[in-house]
Amino acid sequence: MKKNENYNQETTKGMTIVVKKICQFMAPVIFLFGIYITFHGHLTPGGGFTGGVIMASAFILQILSNGSILERLRSEKWRLELTESIAIFCFLTLAVLGLVLTAYSVFFANFLDRGTFGQLVSGGIIPIGNIIIGVEVCAAISSIFIALLIFKDEEDEEESR
Amino acid sequence: MGNIDSLYILLLLATINVVFSKKLLTSLVFLSIFSMLLTLKYITLKAPDVAITEAALGTGLTTLIYLVAIKKTGRKK
Repeated sequence: MKKNENYNQETTKGMTIVVKKICQFMAPVIFLFGIYITFHGHLTPGGGFTGGVIMASAFILQILSNGSILERLRSEKWRLELTESIAIFCFLTLAVLGLVLTAYSVFFANFLDRGTFGQLVSGGIIPIGNIIIGVEVCAAISSIFIALLIFKDEEDEEESR
Repeated sequence: MGNIDSLYILLLLATINVVFSKKLLTSLVFLSIFSMLLTLKYITLKAPDVAITEAALGTGLTTLIYLVAIKKTGRKK
């Protein structure tokens, strides 16, 4: 029973107060920059993948600097995998909608109004696809990182037994 | 032309430091510097899309994941 309590309160080590405060200031800015890259994917260099990686690096920075409870990370990993799967399903649905709604029946057909070139709201389904891919990549890379933390931890427990 | 040549020399110096440094953390910092110089190189070659991806992946994500790997494996020894 006592062993179980120790298991529940197991944490990863945080860093010093300087690193913690700087990361608390920087992480929202990095996250906002990722959102900017994702939303302007059809106008400027970058896109869903790059924005997703930048957004995930904000989460990773917070986990590394502040430390975290491993039991909570396990539940977060489950939620992240669910988010990733839902985003992939939405992307597939977007592609099939192009197949169904257009007259010429093409996979990934652009069925929305394309607007004027250079505006933020233009390009039909391209910005929507960028946003979905950004969410998916953010969830996937965060879950890879959390899996790295958890996996080594489980290996340590097996050796201690 | 001289600009491009100096970037190549800096990339070479960073790579030599990555391979031959004694401590793993020093090697990791030089890997990050190498990635940053490679980003400048891509901008010089007029490929801003690749440059942004290289900056996000090489400088940010790879450094963080290697940092965790070094921190986790160094404690056991």
